[in-house]
Parts: sequence; structure tokens; C-alpha cells
Amino acid sequence: MNIRLLKDKLLSKLMLVLTLASVSLLLVIGIGLYYKSIPILQKLSWGTLLTTSVWKPLKGLFGFFPFIMGTLWVTGIAIIIALPLCLLTALYIVEYAPARIKRILTPFVNLLSGIPPVIFGVWGVLFIIPLIQDHIAPHFVEFSTGYSVLAGGIVLAVMIFPLIVSIISEVLRTIPQELKDASLSLGATKWETIKKVVLRKALPGIVAATVLAISRAFGETIAVLMVCGNNAAVPHSVFDPGYPLPALIANNYGEMLSIPMYDSALMFAALLLFIIILLFNIISRVILARLERKLAA
Amino acid sequence: MTQTPHISVQHLNVHIADQHILKDINIHIPDKSVISIIGPSGCGKTTLLKSFNRLLDNTPDIKITGNVLVDKENIYAPDAEVTHIRKKMGLLSQRPYPLPMSIYDNVAYGPRIHGIRKKAELDELVETQLKATGLWNEVKDRLNASATRLSIGQQQRLCLARGLAVGPEIILGDESTSALDPVSTAIIEDLFISLKEKYTIVLVTHILRQARRVSDYIIFVYMGKIIEFGPTEEVLLNPKEELTKEYVKGYIS
Repeated sequence: MNIRLLKDKLLSKLMLVLTLASVSLLLVIGIGLYYKSIPILQKLSWGTLLTTSVWKPLKGLFGFFPFIMGTLWVTGIAIIIALPLCLLTALYIVEYAPARIKRILTPFVNLLSGIPPVIFGVWGVLFIIPLIQDHIAPHFVEFSTGYSVLAGGIVLAVMIFPLIVSIISEVLRTIPQELKDASLSLGATKWETIKKVVLRKALPGIVAATVLAISRAFGETIAVLMVCGNNAAVPHSVFDPGYPLPALIANNYGEMLSIPMYDSALMFAALLLFIIILLFNIISRVILARLERKLAA
Repeated sequence: MTQTPHISVQHLNVHIADQHILKDINIHIPDKSVISIIGPSGCGKTTLLKSFNRLLDNTPDIKITGNVLVDKENIYAPDAEVTHIRKKMGLLSQRPYPLPMSIYDNVAYGPRIHGIRKKAELDELVETQLKATGLWNEVKDRLNASATRLSIGQQQRLCLARGLAVGPEIILGDESTSALDPVSTAIIEDLFISLKEKYTIVLVTHILRQARRVSDYIIFVYMGKIIEFGPTEEVLLNPKEELTKEYVKGYIS
């Protein structure tokens, strides 16, 4: 008896230690990145690093503003494109599709998430870039190479699509049929029921799915850097090239490290990305908690 | 039966996948009375109830043949308009399912969908229906609070008020008191009895005492068939069919 109880206690402690270890990894990474960024932070202030736009490592000028904006543009475009499409797809799969089509569609959507990012990158270069260059951009601007934040956003949208669809589908599936029946039995149409009851009930879940997708989109590297032009300037339209933070790190780390401060600057880029994702998650958690409280009240 | 039938079911057959759930149902449900559908679990009671407002339509792999006439209109006719049919019937499910909105908006939900926009008109409707279900005094100071804050019994009465607000002719109850405490159950039962002056009420119940307390007529369903239909006292105390006798005495359940 005592041995069994002891085993029980030991196991629970072991699990606690393992959980703490994996959580503290977050802290360790944060501290590590900060430690590596100290050289550049001693020379340039946070304000200068974050708000200036000149990137000339050889002259010791490190302005991160274009990279921050590049990250925000690409992620923003991706979410604006992906969210409505995902919502309608998830609604179709859960609410409208006949059982047989549902069985075929769901694995297909999931399969999309199994495709390696580099293939999405190639698809972007071969298909999206010419599409933007020849067919979309000419309607709006005089000239665009096609390599742009729009291309990055589109490729990224396709990449986060399966994640958002599968989470929103799960959320929609948890809404009881009886609740929908209650609305239908009052003479509401299916669309009225979805708009006024289903989506309202699913709202916190939809927000959570979006948050998760944005967090993933912030960090997506290879496919984005293949199509977004990688020009260290602040984009002013969707047809301008951009240079997101992950692309900056991936393109340059390991090369040209003989340039003074370059190593530290790239580590600072990583720290920035880390902080952006952390802040974003904290803010969205607060919003989500408020939303849930408001819906419950 | 002397009254004119409100709902007439003719040769109704329901298949779900390869199961024959309802077998050749024929019945005339009289106007302005309470009718209880009784029978053992899985006999098709709820399916029969849901066939009256076409809530079965959303079930996968379902096949429905036959006619259901409501006010002499066949609701399964190819050109029948389903929202108009459902508006005629209020549904009260097993557990209350308040919509994710305020108490006021729950009651106003149906009327708004059917085009009532004026605040004064909605206010009056909400008050009338909340009074009709005895909820007004309990909630009049917190109409904008979320409906999920109410007790289960209050929620069920709110769902009834919500159903009445679209001006139905028929109330369908699917074991509507099975999740409620005895006091709330008694309130709902009394409501059914008082509401039958204006509405035709069809209830599914597995509580024979409840069927006896509230209903004028009883339908006994067994294995997808209607075994017996008649006035409450006759079916319960002096059943004609052997199966009904066994069920009423508790031999089959």
C-alpha cells in the first residue's frame, strides 16, 4: 500500500519537474537572446534600434523598423486573406457539407498542413509572383517585380489555412445541435442561425484560432523569404517588397559575422521576434478572457 | 374525437440509414388539447415529435415518406416553406438551451427574425410572454443580463416564452421537464395545462404520472408503431391493447 502511494506521489512530482523544465525553456531562450544582444544594446538605444530605418551594418547602422514593419505587413495580409476563407470553409465543412464530402474534405485540409514550407515557397515563386507581376499589380501600380509583401501574405495565408480551419471546425462541432434546433424551430433560416447563434457562441474559439495562427505566421521563415523580396525598406503598399525578421536572421546568420556587432544585431532581431510574439500572446489572452467574461455575463 | 384535427399524419415512414424508425404512422391530433406521446426509450417518440416541425431534415442519411398535414397543409410537400412551418410551432427541448444573448434578446429573437423592429412593439411582446410564463417578476430588473445566469427552471420557462413570442399554434415538448427539479416541473406542467386554451400541445414524456396529470389524450408508441391512441384515462386505466397494458404496468420499458 505504502509503495503504491509513494509511486503515485513520485510520479506526480516527476511530471511537475518535467512540466516546469519545458516551461522554463521559454525563460532560458529569452534570457539567452537578451544576453547575446547586450553588445548592440550597449552601443545603440532601444529607441534608435526600433525606430530608425537605415540598415548599413558596415557603417554600424542598425535600424530595425523596416523589419518590424515587414513582419507586420506580411502577417497582417495573411490573416486578412485567410480568416474569412477559413471561417467559410469551416462553416461549410461542419454545417453544410453532406457526410460523404465531409469525410473527403477534412483529410485534404489536414494534408495541406503536411506540405513542407519550402514547397509553398517554390509554389509562390512559380505561381504567385508571376500572377502579381503580370495580372494584379499592373492594375494598381506602374511596376512591381511581384516579389512583395502581398506575395508573402498570400503564401503565408495558404500555410496557416489548415490550422485555422481545423481549430474553427473543432469549435463549431462543440456547439450543441439542440441550440441550433432552438433557433431553427423559431423559424430562423440556417444562415440566420449561423450568423446570430453559432458564430456568437463560437466567437471566443474563433479569436483563439486566429491568435494561434498569427503567432505561427510571425515566425514562418523559409516560404516567406522566398517570395517577399527581402529589401530592407519600410513597405508602403502591398506591392512593395518587405523583409520580415525571421527572413533577416535566416538569410544572414552564419555569414558576414566578421562585421562588428552583426552577430549581436541578428540576435537582437531574434529577441524582437520573441518579444513581439510574447506581447501578442499576452494581449490576446487578456482580450479573450474579457470576451469570455462578457459572453458569460 | 369531436374536434377538428390540427395535425394529421398519413402513412409517415422514417428511415435513418438502414433503420426503420417510424412505421406507417397514421394519426389525427386534435386542436387545443394536450397530447402525450409515451413509450419505451428508443421507440421513436422524439422522432415522431420532430417530424411535426421538420427538425428531422438535418439528420444525416434520413428518408421520410408520407404526409404530415398542419392546418390541412402538407408540410412535406415539395413546395412547403420550412421556416413558415416551424414558426407555427414552439419547441421545448429536454434541457433548456437559451441562446447566447440577454434574457430580453432571447424572447425578441424570433419576432426580430420575422421582421418586427419597433422597440415599443418588442418591449410589449417580451413583457407579455415573460408574464405568460410567470417569469416577469423574477427577471424584469435584469432583462439585459445573460440568459445563462438564470436557474435551469427559469431557463426552461424563458425557452417557452421565446417559443411563444413568434405566435405559434402548437407547442412541442420533448421531455421538457426531465432536467428540472420538482418545483420547476410543477410550474411547467401547470403552464401546459393553462396554455391549452390557446395552443395545441404535444409532449413526449416517459413519466406516466406526468402524462396523466397534464394530458387529454395519450399516444402509445412501441417499436416505431402507434399501438394505441385515446383519451388519457382510457389508455392508462383501461388499455385495449395487450402491449399498452404491459407498458402501463411496468412490464416493458
